[in-house]
Amino acid sequence: MWIFLGIIVVLVIIYVVIYNGLVAARMHTQEAWSQIDVQLKRRNDLIPNLLETVKGYAKYEQSTLQKVVGLRNQLMTVSDDDPQAKMEISNQLSNSLKSIFALSEAYPDLKANQQYQQLMEELTNTENKIAYSRQLFNTTTANYNSKLQMFPTSIVANLSHFKPAVFLETPEAEKSVPKVSFDD
Amino acid sequence: MLFEQITKNKRKTVGLFLVFFFFVGLVGAALGYFMWRSASMGLLIAIVLGLIYGVYVFSQSTDIVMQMNHAQEVSGPAEAPELWHVVEDMALVAQVPMPRVFIIDDPSPNAFATGNNPNQAAVAATRGILETLNRNELEGVMAHEMTHVRNYDIRVQTLAVALTSLISLLANFGTNFMFWGSGSRRDDDNNATNIVGVVVSLLVLVLAPMVATMVQLAISRNREFLADAGAVELTRNPQALIQALQKISQSQPMEEENVAPSSAGLYISNPLSAENMNKLFATHPPVEDRIAALGKM
Repeated sequence: MWIFLGIIVVLVIIYVVIYNGLVAARMHTQEAWSQIDVQLKRRNDLIPNLLETVKGYAKYEQSTLQKVVGLRNQLMTVSDDDPQAKMEISNQLSNSLKSIFALSEAYPDLKANQQYQQLMEELTNTENKIAYSRQLFNTTTANYNSKLQMFPTSIVANLSHFKPAVFLETPEAEKSVPKVSFDD
Repeated sequence: MLFEQITKNKRKTVGLFLVFFFFVGLVGAALGYFMWRSASMGLLIAIVLGLIYGVYVFSQSTDIVMQMNHAQEVSGPAEAPELWHVVEDMALVAQVPMPRVFIIDDPSPNAFATGNNPNQAAVAATRGILETLNRNELEGVMAHEMTHVRNYDIRVQTLAVALTSLISLLANFGTNFMFWGSGSRRDDDNNATNIVGVVVSLLVLVLAPMVATMVQLAISRNREFLADAGAVELTRNPQALIQALQKISQSQPMEEENVAPSSAGLYISNPLSAENMNKLFATHPPVEDRIAALGKM
């Protein structure tokens, strides 16, 4: 009788420990996502300043500028619960921003502008942080997902309906070529 | 793998401390015998000094090492935006807290990390590295340093640096003393055992700093390959680190006044001239070997 009770108590304790471990691992993926989200918001805040600075120098690049504005506004309307869609637009925005960065080559005055240089550093910083926090997100996701599949954690995961997290895809361009830096 | 490495490093710190304390004691005994014909007196003084010094260094190591290398602290991102942001990125992926950031005003490109643990870590970069490397290369270098931080290499290395300095200090004191102070007990110098004693303690005083340096350097050499591998794990960009190492190894060595010789092993690449150096005394594995290892990743 006591042995039976003892076994049950031990099993319950094991269950609780594993359950808490899973919750912590899931929390880490959520924290990693919020790191990305912070950077996305930061970039959205920087873009109006960038456009304001560029506008005076590059009058003939309206379409490029408008594309950035469009993507930025689109990004703000995506719900926070849909990381995949958010990152999809974010990747497009990153690409359009690269073409604005490239503008400075054609407009030496713009390149020499102090404020533009500062914004470049800020945006480069944000872009890199997005890339690195996505890497971190995928690492934590891999860690969480492998826990879901490993025995005996998998039993607890199934009983308590833990769902695997979805990886954020790395854009094709970044897979083939080393990360672009805007400072040379 | 990573956690294995951390526990290994923590264990190594204890072992290292014991080995170095043995050396400190030995040098102290030799010094004592040399000066007062009393080895136990010297031993006692050295152990007490060593303990005080050890505790002091352990609590202040970052500031001491930075001061030794003429490094100035950067107070915020505004002062050195690129360096600050790159360090921030690497701390983010390495999942360690943001370390303190220092700049050394030297035209030669180089960098190092120091501190007791990841919560009290610091990285230093020379002005030269900021001018020579592009952002990706700088990321590679800082990722290398963050790996040292995350693996607790910084604790092992900083302790080794501090204790090597102490041993050199004691030994220097002894050998200097030889020139102007050893006449105090001339009357018993004709005693044969005393002459043997003097010769042995002289040998200890001369050899101990060399052996201590060799131990310290062997420790630092082994860690470089691991930190290179860790850096690539963080940046996923081996090519940038290869380029950085090439640029660093092809440039002028640092100005000697900016590098304390005992801390040369901390740097990512030997800050003093690496050529015609015996392999035992090399602070770093040859850059070609490191590049070859990186190329295979």
